[in-house]
This record gives sequence, structure tokens and C-alpha cells, in this order.
Amino acid sequence: MNKPVLVSFLVSGDPNPDATLKFMKTLDKYSGVIELGIPFSDPVADGPTIQAADVRSLSNKFKISKSFDILKEFRKESSTPVILMTYYNPVFKRGIENFVIQAKEAGANGLIIVDLPLQEATEYREICKKHEMGTVFLAAPNTPEERLKISDEASTEFLYLISTFGITGARDTFEQMTFDFIKRARTTCKGKICVGFGISKGSHAESLIEQGADGVIVGSAFVDIIKNYGDSEEALVKLEELAKELSEGIDKGYGKRK
Amino acid sequence: MKCEGYFGEYGGQFIPEVLMPAIDELKEAYFELKDDEDFQNELSYYLKNYAGRETPLYYAENLTKKLGGAKIYLKREDLLHGGAHKTNNTIGQALLAKRMGKTRIIAETGAGQHGVGTSMAGALFGLETEIFMGRLDTERQQPNVFRMKLLGAKVTPVDTGSKVLKDAVNEAMRNWTATFENTHYLMGTVMGPHPFPTIVRDFQSVIGKEVKKQIMEQEGRLPDHLVACIGGGSNALGLFHAFIQDKDVRMVGIEAAGKGLNTSLHGASISKGKKGVLHGMLSYFLQDEDGQIEEAYSISAGLDYPGIGPEHAYLHDSGRAEYASATDDQALSAFMELTRSEGIIPALESSHAVAYAIENAGNMDKDEIMVINLSGRGDKDLNTVIDIMQKRGM
Ligand SMILES: Cc1ncc(COP(=O)(O)O)c(C=O)c1O
Repeated sequence: MNKPVLVSFLVSGDPNPDATLKFMKTLDKYSGVIELGIPFSDPVADGPTIQAADVRSLSNKFKISKSFDILKEFRKESSTPVILMTYYNPVFKRGIENFVIQAKEAGANGLIIVDLPLQEATEYREICKKHEMGTVFLAAPNTPEERLKISDEASTEFLYLISTFGITGARDTFEQMTFDFIKRARTTCKGKICVGFGISKGSHAESLIEQGADGVIVGSAFVDIIKNYGDSEEALVKLEELAKELSEGIDKGYGKRK
Repeated sequence: MKCEGYFGEYGGQFIPEVLMPAIDELKEAYFELKDDEDFQNELSYYLKNYAGRETPLYYAENLTKKLGGAKIYLKREDLLHGGAHKTNNTIGQALLAKRMGKTRIIAETGAGQHGVGTSMAGALFGLETEIFMGRLDTERQQPNVFRMKLLGAKVTPVDTGSKVLKDAVNEAMRNWTATFENTHYLMGTVMGPHPFPTIVRDFQSVIGKEVKKQIMEQEGRLPDHLVACIGGGSNALGLFHAFIQDKDVRMVGIEAAGKGLNTSLHGASISKGKKGVLHGMLSYFLQDEDGQIEEAYSISAGLDYPGIGPEHAYLHDSGRAEYASATDDQALSAFMELTRSEGIIPALESSHAVAYAIENAGNMDKDEIMVINLSGRGDKDLNTVIDIMQKRGM
């Protein structure tokens, strides 16, 4: 089995497209996957931190084509897998197939559409398959066994395990529920499983990886740094520090597993 | 997997994964209770004895004479307890929540009418109640905020996004995601993921059922035109639903044209919106070319939602219902006209429907019958109207 990874999430255009590219390059060194968010006006599945990032980006008249441009630039230097994360309306508006083709051309390896659950995703999955675009679906601690299995099968890159009920946003500790969920997914799922929502520290990463996750997804904690330090050298330093701490946590957790 | 809850191509369940179990639970509970006699009896009991159904169907003789055409009837949802049709749905869903063993209800509100309705139902059935309301709306609708608090609800102002109704919906959905084990999200209109559009429509369809019976008693035949204003579309579907099979009955929904359909300040999601997906449903939304949702605007806070319930999108595309619009100014004139000619102060939302009658009834035959859904009373809007009148030196 492959070593577990850090999946780093950023909102493209927060606070501006050039900064996003710099942030991606900085995080690249420690990340197995980069999740690049395409901002949406009504991000109902996200917490205040990421919503505010979407607002920062959109208030600068950010256009979705810019996300593709940023990714194209990034691809000139790096082959780290990039997953685009967004809501369904921007995809629907472009036409699913157009969107997938454009994402593919830009160099995306997969897509996460947070408000497109399995039962609505038939056409989307067919189009992704046709264009060899990866798909990531989500599962929650209360997702029934049968649905967990189907979600796992439908996810070509990894299955996104939501650590808890509620929305994104850094929190202090993880509940037993999260650990139990990882164990359950580990036995049920054939593909990779990565855990997200609320992870902000090396110690979090350590404990979740120890339970058997293939990766931890970190968003709000990075976005908080960008909120506080903006497009600055300091932001790059802080992002790198946190990424390093998280990846050390991942290594430790992985070490404890054996 | 089979897709459920579609009206033609509209509707569906476009929700984050965490909400799936909550939505499944709601669906099961509702479709079981829908035909449960005890539940329906209990609902009827409260609708009659608490809310004051049935509401009258009133022949507006003065207005009819003045306009000189079709006979105008008003379905008096303004006389319902709470002052608007919203109560039909809040009592229904609060009872449903109780049957599901929930101890808490949450809701979003724009004008505050749905918030008040939910808070009343919360007080009546002993459910903890929290209302999410855009910060701007809490400022515009002070009396209703106060009513909600009096009724024992917690009112949470929403500071995210544009601080209006759609942001309150986002916040209520977020809250539900974390609390659904003990909480029911009491959706205020015929929108959201399946089964909400169906649930709200069923609870509101009492309006049209009564109209059908009442007009047969008073006129011995079905009406020619049904007219209702459209925010999310619940009072309109409530009126229309019993008549959908009656092909000779025209159904007209009136959207908010705000400052005009040629401006960006309106709430006309059918006339000016495009197909899209938000708040769990595929329907029509005001949006830009990137699919970012745009703000809606109307003089009446209850109509400034940037989308429309999926069943309306379907009725529109299939041609079964027609959709027109009225501007702020037309709604204000209608507000004055109905107040002066009949002594009934309508809600600014309902005034949009009255405006349609004022525009069109005169061109209709005298033996045609038009039923307007007077979805609510105007007390909540007095501040808005007074402000405008003073600015215009009236
Ligand atoms: C009096 C009144 N009428 C109409 C509406 C619009 O809602 P709907 O289109 O769901 O009937 C509202 C919403 O707040 C309202 O308060």
C-alpha cells in the first residue's frame, strides 16, 4: 500500500490568482494531492472560513476560467495530482461535458462536486469516464453501508470521508465517531479513503492516519493563514510550516500503524 | 440509482452527502403520514380551530365595478392566523416534526412571515425554535423580528453573503447539517431538495381545495383565472394545485419585476432566470454566465428570492401555467387601490397579484371569473409603504 498523503485545499483567486499559484507551489512539496477550489456564491457545505475565501475571490471579479489558467501554470512545473472542487451550478451552467473537457485540458486529475450526490450523478459519471476524468464522492459517518460501498466504487481517486456532521472549519478534537467511521470505511472500501473537515494540526493528522486513512484533507487551516497574511512572503512561510507539521503528523501516524 | 422528486426535468436532491440520511428520514416519515388518518385529522383540527380555516372567498364587488371586466374574488389568506398563508405549512410541518420525534425546528425567513409562522407553531407544539434571517432583513422587518422573539424563538441574524434570504437559507441548511438528529428544517416554500417541494405544496393545497368548493357554491362553476404572487411559489401552488387537471382554468403566477425587468433589480427568476442548481434543486435561478447566483430584489422582502420552486419551472415549461410580473410601483398602486376600494390592506407580496388584476381584468368579459390569492395582510409592510409615501411627498 502507498504511503498516506496530505491533501491541501485552497480557494482559487483568494486573495488573487497569482497568489494562489504561489501557494500551490509552496504546498506542493508536502502534498500528495492539491485540491483547488473554484469559488461559488452560495457554498452551503462550507463553513465560514471557506465561505469568506470564496467571497474574497469573487469580490475581485474572479472568473472560473481563471481556475483553469492557474492550474495550467502550475502544470508547467508540477505533476502532483490536482482535484478541482466546486458546487454543481458552475458545472451545470457550462455544461458538464464542456466543464470536464476544460478541466482536463487544464491538467486536472479529478473533480469533487459537493452538492452532486450519487443519485444525481449518473450523467456526470458517464462523461467523466468518457474523458478519463477522476471522480471523488463524499461519505459521512451516518452514510449507510450499501451507499458507502457504491460511493467507494464511484470514486476513482479516493473516497472523501467527512469527519463529522456539519460543515468545514477547523476544530480542536476529533470524536470517537470519526475514528469508528475510518475503521468502518477501511473494511468496507476497496479504494483509497481520505478524511477531511476540521483537520488543522499535526496531531490530528497523526491520529486519523493511525486509524487507517490514506490521507487527510486540510482546507480551513490553510485558508485561515491566507486570510491573516494575504498575498505575502509571511503567508508562504506559515503555509509551509503548517504543511510540514501535518506531513510529519502523517508520517508518525503511519509509523504507529505497523 | 433512481432519481426521485422530479417535476419534468426540475427538482431532485442536490445536497451535500451529510444531509442524505436526514432527507431519507423525512421522506419516509412524510410519505407514511401523508395518508395517515390520525395525522390528517390532527392537522385539520389545528387548521380549523387554531389557524381559522376555512378562509373566506370574498367577491370584491367594488374593485370589480371599478375595473369593469372580470368578476374578482379574493381568497382571504390574509385572515388566517399569523396574517399569511404560511401558517398552513408551518402547522403541517411542525406536526410532522413532532411525529418524527424532533424537539427542535429551524427555518429561514426573508420578510419574516415564515419566521413568525414557524415560531407560532413552535410555541404551539412546544418545539425549540431558531430562525435564520439575513441581517439586512432583520433591519427591514423589525416588527416581525420582535414577534418571533415574543413567540419564544431565537432569531439568528445572518451576516454572510449578501445578508438576505438566500443567505438565510444557506445558514439554515448548514445548521441542519449539524443538528438533524433532533432538528427538523421547516422549509418555508415549495423549494429545496425532494421531498420539501412536495411537502410544502401538499400543506398549502388546502387553499385551492377550498376555493374549488367555495366558487362552486357561489358561482356554480370553476373560475377562469387563478392569480397569485410568486416568491418561492408556495401560495401560488397552494391555489393552483387542485385545478391542475381542470384545463380550462388559467393559472397565472406573478413575479416581482422590482425596478423593472430591464434593470438588474428584480426577483423574476422565471422571466429572467436560467436553469440552474441551488439549495438542493434544479430550477430557474438568477445567475451570471459563470453560474454564480445573483441577488434578487423586490419592494416586498417575501418575493426577493433568486429562484423558484421546481414544480413552477415545470408548469412554466409545459405551458400549464403562465408567469407574468409586476413592478414595485404597480404593486404599490395595487396596494393603495385595494385598500381604498375594499378596505383590505394587502401584503406587498399579494399586491403583485392584485396589480395583475388591475392591469388585465378590464379587458376581460364581465362573466369571466378571476380568483386572486390574497396571500397575506399588509400590516407588516406599513413602515415600508409609509417611508415611500413620505419620500414621494404623498
Ligand atoms: C404574504 C406573503 N405572500 C407571499 C410570499 C411569497 O412566498 P410564496 O411564493 O412561497 O408564497 C410571502 C413570503 O414571505 C409572504 O409573506
